[in-house]
Amino acid sequence: MSVLIFIDQSEGHLKKASFEAAAYGAAVAKQMNTNALALVLGNVADGLTQLGNYGISKVYQIQKDIFNHVDAQVFATVITNVVKQVDASIVIFSHTQTGKAVAPGVAVQLKAGLVTGACALPQNDNGFVVKKTVFSGKAFALVNITSPIKVITLNPNSFGIQMITENATVEALEVTVPNATIQVVATNKVSGEVPLSEADIVVSGGRGLKGPENWGMIEDLAHVLHAATACSRPVADAHWRPHHEHVGQTGVQIAPNLYIAIGISGAIQHLAGVNRSKTIVVINKDPEAPFFKAADYGIVGDAFEVVPKLTAAIKEMQSK
Amino acid sequence: MKILVCISKTPDTTSKIAFKNNNAQFEDAGVQWIINPYDEWYTLVKAIELKEKDPSVILHLITVGGADCDAIIRKALALGGDEAIRVDTESDDSYVIASQIAAVAKEGNYDLIFTGKETIDYNGSAIGGMLAAKLQVPYLSLATQFELNGSEAKVTREIEGGEEVDAVTLPAVISCQKGMAEQRIPNMRGIMAARTKPLKVVPPVAIEALTHIVAYELPPAKAGVKLVPADDVATLVKLLHEEAKVI
Ligand SMILES: Cc1cc2nc3c(=O)[nH]c(=O)nc-3n(C[C@H](O)[C@H](O)[C@H](O)COP(=O)(O)OP(=O)(O)OC[C@H]3O[C@@H](n4cnc5c(N)ncnc54)[C@H](O)[C@@H]3O)c2cc1C
Ligand SMILES: Nc1ncnc2c1ncn2[C@@H]1O[C@H](COP(=O)(O)O)[C@@H](O)[C@H]1O
Repeated sequence: MSVLIFIDQSEGHLKKASFEAAAYGAAVAKQMNTNALALVLGNVADGLTQLGNYGISKVYQIQKDIFNHVDAQVFATVITNVVKQVDASIVIFSHTQTGKAVAPGVAVQLKAGLVTGACALPQNDNGFVVKKTVFSGKAFALVNITSPIKVITLNPNSFGIQMITENATVEALEVTVPNATIQVVATNKVSGEVPLSEADIVVSGGRGLKGPENWGMIEDLAHVLHAATACSRPVADAHWRPHHEHVGQTGVQIAPNLYIAIGISGAIQHLAGVNRSKTIVVINKDPEAPFFKAADYGIVGDAFEVVPKLTAAIKEMQSK
Repeated sequence: MKILVCISKTPDTTSKIAFKNNNAQFEDAGVQWIINPYDEWYTLVKAIELKEKDPSVILHLITVGGADCDAIIRKALALGGDEAIRVDTESDDSYVIASQIAAVAKEGNYDLIFTGKETIDYNGSAIGGMLAAKLQVPYLSLATQFELNGSEAKVTREIEGGEEVDAVTLPAVISCQKGMAEQRIPNMRGIMAARTKPLKVVPPVAIEALTHIVAYELPPAKAGVKLVPADDVATLVKLLHEEAKVI
């Protein structure tokens, strides 16, 4: 009857979104008067006992080299076996690339109802109702899970973490691991830059920037803010910027704390990828640009003048 | 080589999102329905490209839904594909949808099953992974490139913080996103041909839903934008630091 939270790792480091999933799972466990257990697959040396700070009482770890890469079928089968072994009734993932790949398989193997993209704690006064984003952030659905076991993936940046000072115990688990179903030929991690899906701050440019040669000022602003860079679809389609930076309905959907949109008109398809951001700043020379309706703060002005000044002003604030 | 492409219908991307019946149902009055963009632009077109390369490829499309899906599936057939299957049932539970597709897929012995990355209305990102688990075949999510070599495929996919190239022996389920193919516009010949392509309507298998949408909510309206003069960026920095507390 416990809550099991899957903790994602990459090259031995726990992923940021997993801490939020841990805190969320611990809050769910508290609601139900039960324990929050975590599962880590792979070789992680540090940070496991500190999961206690997020409310986890026990961390199960299975160290096998096969977990260096996410093979969806293998992960789903192993996690399913652990759920059965520890008798968990709620399984939590982050709604990240890994969670999206693995959680549906776990749900099927356990014949458990699945809600992806959850953004609030379950309401359990009348069933087990989880709120999730639908219509690409334009609405929410309240979904009742009626199966005995329930699987949830949590939208990153949607649950406020409250840290406590506790240590979790770590226990190695032995389970049989199935054979790999895919063979990894190459990995290509974007190094140095902040990955878009994990960034707290995102600086984004649109067609208003006229050409790829003008992205220096976007990168400078991103650099002082430790932000990731993004762009609108026409910008990626014109190969001014790489495809993985394209945000929106048909690109990446993000929910950072701060989204700065520069020279982007704010078409509904663009907003669908960014409207879950906590704070939106728009810089556009056209006061009628639709993006201002979705913004918290705005400057009507020429990006080529405003952005370098903004970068300088932030540097000045940081130096104080 | 037999390929099955999963097609879903969604409201047009510019549709007004509103609800009726005490917020229990999507208000579909006046809504224009389209093929889910991921299914159309990336998934279906990629499958059509594979068939163009090797005409012996058999390409089937499947949708789970009521008769109101027929226009959408015909539109998909106008782009390409040999025949379409509609499983005649409606559900908002991913497990039910995936189970219906899996039942058809099992019988059809497909080598490859393509889904879109996600539907832009329900945003599940779930059907592909569920299908793979039901069929007990490998699942490669968020594919951006795909190459076929006999019964082997090489798939480039988005992973956290980068991409990964995987080799897989078919059968497999692949979820597709941007990069896989370029958008196409159906031509007159395709539209005419689609009228005579078979659209088989099959009854659903009995599956109990594990989730139910009880209500919808709209997000609270934004308070309205605070405008800062272009020559006073210092004020914006101050607001972001002290009021919004995001820098
Ligand atoms: C089905 C579908 C899916 C789509 N999916 C996406 C998606 O995922 N993501 C996406 O982004 N788009 C998407 N689009 C496209 C979308 O509709 C818009 O066309 C696109 O977002 C516009 O990009 P933009 O804002 O960069 O360019 P524009 O609309 O051309 O806007 C440029 C803006 O820059 C401003 N500007 C110009 N010069 C300056 C200057 N010197 N300083 C400041 N501002 C300036 C202008 O006032 C204008 O507002 C989709 C469209 C469809 C039909
Ligand atoms: N009703 C349906 N019929 C056929 N395919 C579907 C249906 N719903 C979803 N899919 C497929 O599954 C993908 C992911 O959907 P979802 O898990 O709902 O985000 C879509 O892009 C489609 O390819």
